Amino acid sequence: MNETNGNSRNKLHGLWALTNRELKKWLKEPILLVMAVLQPVLWMGLFGKAMNLGGMFSTSNIDIQNRILPGSALIPAQPGYITISGTVLSQMFADMGSSVMQNIFGVADYFSYMSVGMISFIVMFTTMFSGMSMVWDRRLGFLNKVLSTPVSRGAIIFSKVLNAALRSMFQATIILILAVIFGLQVSSTFNVINILGVYAAIFLLCAGLSSVFLALALRSTKQETQMAIVNLINLPLMFASNTFFPISMMPDWIQAIARVNPISYLTDALRQLTVLPMDVSLLTIDFAYLCIFAAVFSAIGITLSWRFLTK
Amino acid sequence: MSEEIIKAEGLTRVFYKHLTAVDHVDFGVKQGEIFGFLGPNGAGKTTTINMLITILKPTEGKASVLGFDVAKQNNEVRNVIGVVPQEYTADEDLTGLENVLLCADLYGIPRGLAKERGADLLKLVELTDFKDKKVQTYSGGMRRRLELACGLINRPRVLFLDEPTLGLDVQTRTATWEYIRKLKKEFGMTLFMTTHYLEEADALCDRVAIIDHGKIVVVGTPEDLKHSLGGDLITLATKEDDDVSGLIQKIDHVKEVRKEDGSYRIKAELGEMTTPLIIEALRKNGYTVTRLSLTEPTLNEVYLEYTGRSLRDAEESRESVFSQRMIMRRARH
Repeated sequence: MNETNGNSRNKLHGLWALTNRELKKWLKEPILLVMAVLQPVLWMGLFGKAMNLGGMFSTSNIDIQNRILPGSALIPAQPGYITISGTVLSQMFADMGSSVMQNIFGVADYFSYMSVGMISFIVMFTTMFSGMSMVWDRRLGFLNKVLSTPVSRGAIIFSKVLNAALRSMFQATIILILAVIFGLQVSSTFNVINILGVYAAIFLLCAGLSSVFLALALRSTKQETQMAIVNLINLPLMFASNTFFPISMMPDWIQAIARVNPISYLTDALRQLTVLPMDVSLLTIDFAYLCIFAAVFSAIGITLSWRFLTK
Repeated sequence: MSEEIIKAEGLTRVFYKHLTAVDHVDFGVKQGEIFGFLGPNGAGKTTTINMLITILKPTEGKASVLGFDVAKQNNEVRNVIGVVPQEYTADEDLTGLENVLLCADLYGIPRGLAKERGADLLKLVELTDFKDKKVQTYSGGMRRRLELACGLINRPRVLFLDEPTLGLDVQTRTATWEYIRKLKKEFGMTLFMTTHYLEEADALCDRVAIIDHGKIVVVGTPEDLKHSLGGDLITLATKEDDDVSGLIQKIDHVKEVRKEDGSYRIKAELGEMTTPLIIEALRKNGYTVTRLSLTEPTLNEVYLEYTGRSLRDAEESRESVFSQRMIMRRARH
């Protein structure tokens, strides 16, 4: 009775079984699903709509009067005084507003900018908390149980990474759909194939980030430690990046962090693929960085986990 | 012929370079027997089992299961063993059947075969009616049975049970023993188990190793171990005040007689046979027995004899205390 000899088909079998377990747990809990969708909706509402940066240039609430200016303000200069109508000024103010927005954010409305950043936000959170399920598996003895079966050690680690990636992709899809419903403007270069690029970028970030958090989870015996680490670094990672605001507007020292922060590259890749007119050279840099990040950090994470799993 | 299925030679595990959990342990487990590791918490039982089931590497020495080295041929070992950990590892959010199928997947068993075996095993542990219910709703005994079913899905030749009835109430514990016996009969496996319940070792095991501070103190059948203590204890009192110690001492199989507060404590082999002889001898000499009791030694006395202590709870790490609490809580569910 040796139908259980390890071969590559069995390796995939084990990997799928473990991933499927996690996904099933997630899908069986409708509350979790609803929360997973509601949270980004709330954030999009609060950040994207409430922080209406484009609205600052709206003139609907300001009564702009006619202005009298010296003729020297005109090109070529005119003698005496001239009167500019308030309506023209309002129009100029609004025009300047949208070019300021275009200049800073690359898109005309903050909502489009921010809702794509929202995807990075969700991906980051989902990935960081993927370590938590490892802490539980360890505590409840499930990890030891799995370790006593012939399933490959790699499959144990990779199932968690895959689970984080699949969940992130699912959530990203929902956010994108909702954002479009709420008024996200896709760029002229957007087409359906870009969605595959979005998934690829998300997968790369998940692979790198969750490998590291898994290694941490395997090593920390208390889940409080894991929580503390997640809580400590999630906000800096989030705000020292271009997720909610462009890097160019930040002070130098934050810029320095933001330029090595993988979240910035994920967010930029996602924007290039959806709301910005695609700049292939920038997109290539984004993907190159994400690939290197994924390779280096999964190597570190997997080495650390491996040492623990074969102690 | 009794082939040695599990063999350990000088098996040692040191944690953090100075904490010796298992200290040069030697033992062999024969084909078809139930071999028990008996000892208090922290004695090194779980560490030993973890080395045998390939999730911990021995620091020193070696062990083999069915001839496969646990350190070097760990995948071969994993394929032929089944494990029932002391924790409740079944996923609470999944149903009983889903849990069994998940275990089957971990062994790479094809779905069709897994469903067939899963159904059989669930029937054997009498969970068929609950197979589509979430494990959350299971009682402690049901969870234990589910763990047993999961541990047997790959038709193992050796089954490892780590504290199989930890936290269960007395009736459920006895019932669980029945299931273990039944499964062993059905599949004819060799069983290696750890326990800190003396009754459990006595009821289930063919041979017991008493382990304390990482070392095996004594190995033998529960019967042999009890006999090694020098037999049963007979306590009696006579109506007359005369000292009859000398008289009792002469009777066959009596090893020791002591007079204490007007009664006699007699250590004797084959207590059931010796007791009538003592009464007979006393009556012949005109003495009347007013009170009599016969106690057979339990593993508890054996344990005391060899370790000098009663089973005690050792100081434990935070994590293991937490996990024990979780087990207790789920068992009571």
